[in-house]
Amino acid sequence: MDIRLENISHSYDSVEVMRDLSLTIRSGEIVCIVGPSGCGKSTLLRFIGGLEQPASGRVLQIGVPPEDSLNPLTYVFQDFALLPWRTVEGNISLVLEDHKLSKQRVSEIIDDVLHRTKLADFAKALPKQLSGGMKQRVAIARAMAVNPAVMLMDEPLSALDSQTRELLIDDLVSLWVREPFTAVYVTHNLSEAVRLGHRIVVLSRRPGQIRDIVEIDVPLAERAAGQSAIEAQQNKLWELLRDEARAADSELIDA
Amino acid sequence: MRDSSRAFGDNDSGSNGTISTDSDSINTRPIRFRGGGFKPTSNRWAGFIVFALLIALAEWGTRTGWISPLTLPKPSDVVQTFVELFESGLLFKHVVPSLTRLLMGSLIGVSIGIVVGVAIGLFSHVRSGLVPLVAAIFPIPKIALLPLFVIWFGIDEGSKYALIAFGTFTPTVVATYGAVDNVDRTLIRMGQSFGLSWFSIVRKIVLPGALPGILSGLRISLAIAIILLVAAEMLGAEYGIGAYILEAGSLYDLERLFAGVVILSLLGVCVSFVIGVLERRMLAWRV
Repeated sequence: MDIRLENISHSYDSVEVMRDLSLTIRSGEIVCIVGPSGCGKSTLLRFIGGLEQPASGRVLQIGVPPEDSLNPLTYVFQDFALLPWRTVEGNISLVLEDHKLSKQRVSEIIDDVLHRTKLADFAKALPKQLSGGMKQRVAIARAMAVNPAVMLMDEPLSALDSQTRELLIDDLVSLWVREPFTAVYVTHNLSEAVRLGHRIVVLSRRPGQIRDIVEIDVPLAERAAGQSAIEAQQNKLWELLRDEARAADSELIDA
Repeated sequence: MRDSSRAFGDNDSGSNGTISTDSDSINTRPIRFRGGGFKPTSNRWAGFIVFALLIALAEWGTRTGWISPLTLPKPSDVVQTFVELFESGLLFKHVVPSLTRLLMGSLIGVSIGIVVGVAIGLFSHVRSGLVPLVAAIFPIPKIALLPLFVIWFGIDEGSKYALIAFGTFTPTVVATYGAVDNVDRTLIRMGQSFGLSWFSIVRKIVLPGALPGILSGLRISLAIAIILLVAAEMLGAEYGIGAYILEAGSLYDLERLFAGVVILSLLGVCVSFVIGVLERRMLAWRV
């Protein structure tokens, strides 16, 4: 299943946040969206998942999601959004309970995603007992439990420290290598983008427009921090973004 | 560390290049700790000690005549009265009907209050319609409506339940809709993004999220219920702690009056304890 954005424009009250944005997300690829703060990255993601509606333009789904996909468009949030009163298991079963699955099927799915995210030992733990990295792993496991056609990741690693972030990048890469998934990955961190993105969409400052789309040919598994090819791409992205970021930084916030 | 402190020394003393960085130097001292305080910790015994001191003071004052028996009864006499009350079996005759009234009244008031509060929290129309009404009836002293309740619900238990229910209803409503408003919106957004049904979101996200606020509202509601219990028993109650206190008051029997008041206080402590247990059990997930 592909996603196509057609001529998306949007404004909050009188502030134009996005202008005539078109983009196609192909099945099986990770598309990273980078841009200066306030350029509408997260808003774009909410449009794709149907949590918000653009003022004009359309978000289209091309093709049908796989039969066993319980929630085709699934988010991973920056602040994890785990229910603090439910255990790791309970948080995952929450998103399965409305689907009339057999008890056995539910526990199979939970076991499977907990193993894939290396959380099997933490099934009975409460979120308050987990570190930030573990919480985000639970959120990723929860997203995978519904077998999404497209994962919508809103700065998923931004609340974590840089070491944990490295670990989770590796985890995401190995998850993708084992079983390629489609994802739109919003971030402001260029090193995350060059490690995880097959294509990197660079947005301009408000009103958000596509400045450039950078394709990275190196397979995900072969990328590593500090690699020269990857470093070069990151520098190229920064060249593209620097002026935008500087201009955005000195803008007054009136939105 | 060594290097940087030397650099500082060089900087501010200029010509004096012999500043030592060893720990025995006069310029080296531990940094003063200034992060203490503002961190209340609980001391189980402090509360008892305050109580014991006050009672001992009253006992000493009444015994020496420093406090006249008209102002305050002797604590030991109050205990004596209490023991007599217990031994005669009258204690339970008074406590049981009071507890029943308290339980029934607050059960009715709190459960309707939670339902209305959740409805206000969830539906804009209910909110616009009922919030002003609740604000209007909250400050009414419910005791003032007692004659009205007697006409509406009869002089028997009905009016007593109604008074307590009415008194617990408004604080419960206010606490509940505040608690529902405070439920983390990102969790609700999460529920929607996973396609959870409206009913599931309310039952699995909104209600558990509002529980801490509802329980702390319950503390206030139940304290109000105990206050109103005495008022409710002013009218046509033969037995009950309120009736007992009022009778003692009109006879100026201070020992019995105080024995009754002590029962009410104990009741308050018990209620607070039970809610504390509930909180620890149901809200163990809180950080």
